[in-house]
Amino acid sequence: MKNSVSLALLFAVAFAAPSLAGPTLDQVKKRDSLVCGSNPGLAGFGLPDDKGQWTGFDVEFCRAVASAIFNDPKKVRFVPLTAKDRFTALQSGEIDVLSRNTTWTQSREVGQGFEFGPVTYYDGQGFLVRKKLNVSSALELSGASICVQQGTTSELNLADYFRTHDMKYEPVAFATADETIKAYDTGRCDVFTTDMSQAYAERSKTANPDDHIVLPEVISKEPLGPAVRQGDDQWFNIVKWTHYAMVQAEELNVNSKNVDEKLKDPNPEVKRLLGVEGNFGEGLGLTQDWAYRIIKNVGNYGEVFERNLGDSSKLKIKRGLNALWTNKGLQYSPPVR
Amino acid sequence: MSAQTSAPPRISFWNDPFWRGLIFQAALALFVIALIWGAWSNALDNMARRGIPTDFSFWNKPASFDINQSLISYSAASENGRAFWVGLLNTLLVAAIGVVLSTIVGFAVGAARLSKSWLVAKLATIYVETIRNVPLLLQLLFWYNAVLKPLPAPRNSVSIFNTLFLNNRGLFMPQPLPQAGFGAVWLALAAGIAAALALRFYARKRQRETGAQTPVGPLSVALIIGLPLIVYFMAGRPLAFDIPKLKGFNFDGGMRLTPEFVALELGLTLYTASFIAEIVRAGILAVPKGQSEAAAALGLRPGPTRKLVIVPQAMRVIIPPLTSQYLNLIKNSSLAVFIGYPDLVQVFAGTVLNNTGAAVQIICITMAVYLFISLVTSFAMNLYNKRMALKER
Repeated sequence: MKNSVSLALLFAVAFAAPSLAGPTLDQVKKRDSLVCGSNPGLAGFGLPDDKGQWTGFDVEFCRAVASAIFNDPKKVRFVPLTAKDRFTALQSGEIDVLSRNTTWTQSREVGQGFEFGPVTYYDGQGFLVRKKLNVSSALELSGASICVQQGTTSELNLADYFRTHDMKYEPVAFATADETIKAYDTGRCDVFTTDMSQAYAERSKTANPDDHIVLPEVISKEPLGPAVRQGDDQWFNIVKWTHYAMVQAEELNVNSKNVDEKLKDPNPEVKRLLGVEGNFGEGLGLTQDWAYRIIKNVGNYGEVFERNLGDSSKLKIKRGLNALWTNKGLQYSPPVR
Repeated sequence: MSAQTSAPPRISFWNDPFWRGLIFQAALALFVIALIWGAWSNALDNMARRGIPTDFSFWNKPASFDINQSLISYSAASENGRAFWVGLLNTLLVAAIGVVLSTIVGFAVGAARLSKSWLVAKLATIYVETIRNVPLLLQLLFWYNAVLKPLPAPRNSVSIFNTLFLNNRGLFMPQPLPQAGFGAVWLALAAGIAAALALRFYARKRQRETGAQTPVGPLSVALIIGLPLIVYFMAGRPLAFDIPKLKGFNFDGGMRLTPEFVALELGLTLYTASFIAEIVRAGILAVPKGQSEAAAALGLRPGPTRKLVIVPQAMRVIIPPLTSQYLNLIKNSSLAVFIGYPDLVQVFAGTVLNNTGAAVQIICITMAVYLFISLVTSFAMNLYNKRMALKER
């Protein structure tokens, strides 16, 4: 089961015709749906709800891409992937885009043949501990047992952090996030470590969420974003500009509710974004109203954040680094022109 | 009619069964080679096109992650190749101990199913029918949670004589540290084993010549265990113990069995033993009743009848399917990945694969390793089988 993805890759590379490296957009259009690799169990980012509908911040990114192509956010098939299997699934062509809270690193981009789109969420790694341990800083964790998900940058940062601070620890690595938090909750580990945003989401899965706190230290940079295979620039551009269109829309105050009125907005930036003036979708292999479709069907960056992670959600995460650059954040879009 | 066999009938080259067979074999072999070669070069081509690494340079690159159980020295600064060996040794450790334990449990339960005691036989039946009919993965998850859940946190450990400590981080035991002069104890152990072998040789010779029997069993035990013990005390007990101590979050020092290891070993052993029990039962039942009756008629007591008549014949039936069970156990140990035990699949085909992206190379290596371990096991068992098999003279 766990290695079926790897074996699939083995057969894919061995027997696939070389044409597989062809334009992804044509394949997506022919298939009439986008195949998106997502997290099957992370509240706020990727999670099927009780009706089987996929929800979450990363999920909505895929819906935005599907909207740009088909003008229909439902034309996405989500493939649930563990952290360990996600890259192999992308390499083998099983998915078109990986939108699964994945950290952009140099070796993943250069060494494994991927290309990371813009950073959709700026995150950092943190530690979840029991309150009754009376620990207030990660520097007091020497000798602790730490549950971590296998195949993540968390596993690597953890080793770095304890090495740098000359502290001892015992890593206990599990294949899925669920097993990891469960082992922490049963007491196998003193500490659970993952990205900050996830630490809050996973805390809600413990038996008594109030018994646990997230330590203040952020020990790493975790720029999370969508990834695609190298070698298809057109597809890479579509993924990139889907995010930029959403950020741009927030900056120009265009959202899913007012987008129809904004079609009449005299501001040339809005006109260009919504395709009223010029045809910027053509270069992407899309229609003139590509950005309008995204905003109409899914919304702008702020709306998506608010709905899945912000105050309207259970997680209540502050925008922080993910605010627009105009609000002292890092979200910044190159202009559409 | 006179036989017309002087010259074979003239048939065309194409219809000659010998040449025809040869041509078809050669054509098939060529086809297979072309297929493999085509797949291989196509794979390299496709991988290179997508920027997937195709070489083995990842092997010497730093691994950058830690592993909580290692039989050799390993740290995050070690290279990926080292992580491979750590995972492989952990797999071999679980498999080796599992093979031994499941053989012991399996033989005991198999014999118990044939017991004349109604209760013992029924209990053995219940064990076999329950364990072998539940998927192994579920059993592993059950044991992991059953082992882990009820155990206390390190600070409230169950302490046994203040030397053994049991908590949800594992079982902590004192580690024996041999001091100067402990070498003599090893020497005594070697001498004891040699003496026991010599005794066995002598006893056989004596029985052949005079018919008199020697109590080889008890004497051997006395030699192998007693001799090193005497030397140990004479040398002034040259053994120190590193006793685990609670330090901060956890115990420090001593030896330790992790809950993951215990759960995996328990699950694999009990599961495989239930199959071995059935094989043993079948083997014993395969020996015709006439054999034990004949032994009784010759005046053999039940003990020697079992040892000299029943078991040697039963083993011939038992060994071949037993080999399959050992192979199953070795392969099933890869389920370790689900309960966080750092075996070959978890460490190498999991984390290393994910960190390097060299999926094709790593999966090929992993498959080759399992194949190799299985073939070696199977080879050893075949040798043993040849020794035990019916000698046809």
